[in-house]
Amino acid sequence: MPKVNINGQEIEAPAGMSLLQACELAGAEIPRFCYHERLEIAGNCRMCLVEWVGAPKPQASCALSVGDLRPNPDGTPANIRTDSPVVKKAREGVMEFLLINHPLDCPICDQGGECDLQDQALGYGAGRSRYEENKRAVEEKHMGPLIKTIMTRCIHCTRCIRFATDVAGVPELGAVGRGEHMEITTYLEKTLDSELSGNVIDLCPVGALTSKPYAFTARPWELTKTESVDVMDALGSNIRIDARGKEVMRVLPRLHEDVNEEWISDKTRYACDGLMKQRLDRPYVRKGGKLQEASWNAAFEAIATGLKGLSGEEIAGVVGDLCDMESMFALKGLLALLGSDRIECRQDGAKLESAVRASYLFNTTIAGIEDADAILLIGTNPRLEAAVLNARIRKTWLAKKLPIANIGPAYDLTYPVEQLGDNAAVVADILAGKNGFADILKKAERPMLILGQGALAHEDGGAVLKAAHDIADQFGFIKEGWNGFNVLHTAASRVGALDLGLTVEGGLEGLLKDAKAVFLLGADEFDAAPLKKSFTVYLGSHGDRGVQEADVVLPGAAYSEKSGTYLNTEGRAQMAPRAIFPPGDAREDWTILRALSDVLGKTLPYDSLPELRAKMNVTVIDEAPREGWGDFGAAGKIAKGGIQIAVTDFYGTNPIARASDTMAACRDAKLADLKEGTGTDG
Amino acid sequence: MSMAVKKTSEPFEFTKKNREWANGQIKKYPAGKQASAVMPLLTRAQEQNGGWLSVPAIEHIAELLEMPYIRAYEVASFYTMYNLSSVGTHVIEICTTTPCWLRGSDDIVAAAKDELGIGFGETTADGEITLLEVECAGACVNAPVCAIHHSYFEDLTPDAMRQLIRDLKAGKDLKPGPQIDRHTSAPVGGPTTLQDEGAV
Repeated sequence: MPKVNINGQEIEAPAGMSLLQACELAGAEIPRFCYHERLEIAGNCRMCLVEWVGAPKPQASCALSVGDLRPNPDGTPANIRTDSPVVKKAREGVMEFLLINHPLDCPICDQGGECDLQDQALGYGAGRSRYEENKRAVEEKHMGPLIKTIMTRCIHCTRCIRFATDVAGVPELGAVGRGEHMEITTYLEKTLDSELSGNVIDLCPVGALTSKPYAFTARPWELTKTESVDVMDALGSNIRIDARGKEVMRVLPRLHEDVNEEWISDKTRYACDGLMKQRLDRPYVRKGGKLQEASWNAAFEAIATGLKGLSGEEIAGVVGDLCDMESMFALKGLLALLGSDRIECRQDGAKLESAVRASYLFNTTIAGIEDADAILLIGTNPRLEAAVLNARIRKTWLAKKLPIANIGPAYDLTYPVEQLGDNAAVVADILAGKNGFADILKKAERPMLILGQGALAHEDGGAVLKAAHDIADQFGFIKEGWNGFNVLHTAASRVGALDLGLTVEGGLEGLLKDAKAVFLLGADEFDAAPLKKSFTVYLGSHGDRGVQEADVVLPGAAYSEKSGTYLNTEGRAQMAPRAIFPPGDAREDWTILRALSDVLGKTLPYDSLPELRAKMNVTVIDEAPREGWGDFGAAGKIAKGGIQIAVTDFYGTNPIARASDTMAACRDAKLADLKEGTGTDG
Repeated sequence: MSMAVKKTSEPFEFTKKNREWANGQIKKYPAGKQASAVMPLLTRAQEQNGGWLSVPAIEHIAELLEMPYIRAYEVASFYTMYNLSSVGTHVIEICTTTPCWLRGSDDIVAAAKDELGIGFGETTADGEITLLEVECAGACVNAPVCAIHHSYFEDLTPDAMRQLIRDLKAGKDLKPGPQIDRHTSAPVGGPTTLQDEGAV
């Protein structure tokens, strides 16, 4: 590795590393606007100038690699200075140029307090402008309901363009015009058609792109920041919940290389306004066909009355998509004390079983996607089901242009996909070697398949699972250090629920058929009509589909309001602490179940969260498991027929998103764009 | 000039002849790098489209070259040679970059605006003449200059500019090159050196 001398300190760095990174290694902070670790290098802001002793001019350190540094004439490593008067003067000059046209509107700018330009102007700004000329003004651009633009503030770093083009895979952002007339815009000012569009707000180093729903609502220094985990999909993206008082103001991504890098989906970021809408903030009991407000005691009494005389076999439970491990564990415990083990988590009817853990995990791991050299998608639309994971597939495709094929409805996944047809029977064809893609999979060193909930919920889902298992078995998907069999979940709770064994023979349908009393734990994703005939208790945060037939409603906490453990689609357990308190009389779900168990005379054996967690025994935190292979799935023929993708409406997959006005606005904007048509109608 | 491209529903497609020519241009570049042909294709599309690039024209080129619309649009908006709104039969492009400006392009511009009764980026009411301001035309040696129909008119004076416009309106042939007593870029009034042919 070449050596380089930075501020008198000699370090070794890989030849391909940028000088900027090498300087950071040596502990020298380099100011920058256009450079970003995860984007292509542009080298256009010039803020990262350093002095290369002997070179005639300061050098842009982001665009110079360590390997390109010629040693000094005497053979000693090149001398780089980041703190010399030359560097300070050069950066001050760059800053002065950047500020020529940047407005002095920090007091009314939402970026204020967390603005790269503001921070760096403190170090390199002159404090006084030498320009008397008018600053240029730029018209706002329309970028949809999520991104607010104040383009006069733009410093043309082009981070947003590079993000949209490379990471999001929607080349719709660009810089039009030139020189002083250059402007950043979407093509013909259409809404940015990406599920990751909100990330450009974090990337924007100034206040040109800011969050529209969050506009003028809070300042960063008045927010309480809680490091948490997202539940909008099954990725478990790491997030930071920023709250003021009892309200979640915004959700931001947190760095996790193995899960979400530093991106989150628009649903993760923007559905948080749904946390304040449609909330259940007090217990309700159905009287005379109508739900009426009640006290906790009255609600518990009503449950005790409703369950009277029922045998354990007649009591059942359904857990929803957003549940934390703790509340599911408590519900399982309560029902067990009542004599029932009939709890179901597969609201969508996916034919998954909990016997072999590898059969329902994303075994390759999310970061492992980057090692794959062929991918087969079966009944999944990763762009809508796990937008950030889809970006990882795109990243892998960009790096090595690997073959990717899809069985299921065709969709623009932001990378080229060989469409094998929307027919579940193609899975059997591949297994039988009758499909051309079978050869590609056989020849691949590290092939992987991603099985979606849509394929598993298919009427022959069990046979599809078996066929996928056999493909993995016979085509070399399972080998030392590699497991290419993956299930992509859509529900944050699903892996945890399967770990707890919350499945029953016959699935949800069978469970509802003969249950006399049903506990719904935030379960809203199925048709509630069969619940009419049974005594139904709904415990959850939102007044959504699940409360429609409920006889007793208990107000629970949303993910931001409870300390919970979530297992993502990889089986990685992550802890999310409470960010705010639940509204009104609502309580953390497990405490409600604990209190109810007391009233029912079947007290759960724990009084605190640590005690519950000790019994739950999830000990390995934030590690993707390597599970042993086994046999699973149901042998059988796969009938010809289309696959229904699990997520069709990205913006409305759960009660929080459905309650969110922002998500509704996104859906409207998308529909409006579809109606307007694309292409040549101008 | 307005940055935004003018909206139109008029469809655009290369004529058969232009399409064949475009295929030849694309072949000049290695496979996968066909987007490099964007500038000549845009130019040809502009010629076919009556002197300007409409949205359908830009999108047609982008589709031909398998590049995102925005990338073709960026190119079209970057160069002043591409017009993003409709133009008249004749386009007068006056250079106002530093050398021309030092040599009095402000007066030329004022004369043209006055003679035509329009400003930059505008077209006369009869749809005949459009006046445009352009970046350096690359003929600084004979500044100030303007271009009409791919021909340069150099060493302009306000009167010469007015006369050009009058002749253009009258349909007369225009004499390209210096509008004063000068041969190409030779000194004004004839050569000042190498006059003794015998000594050469």
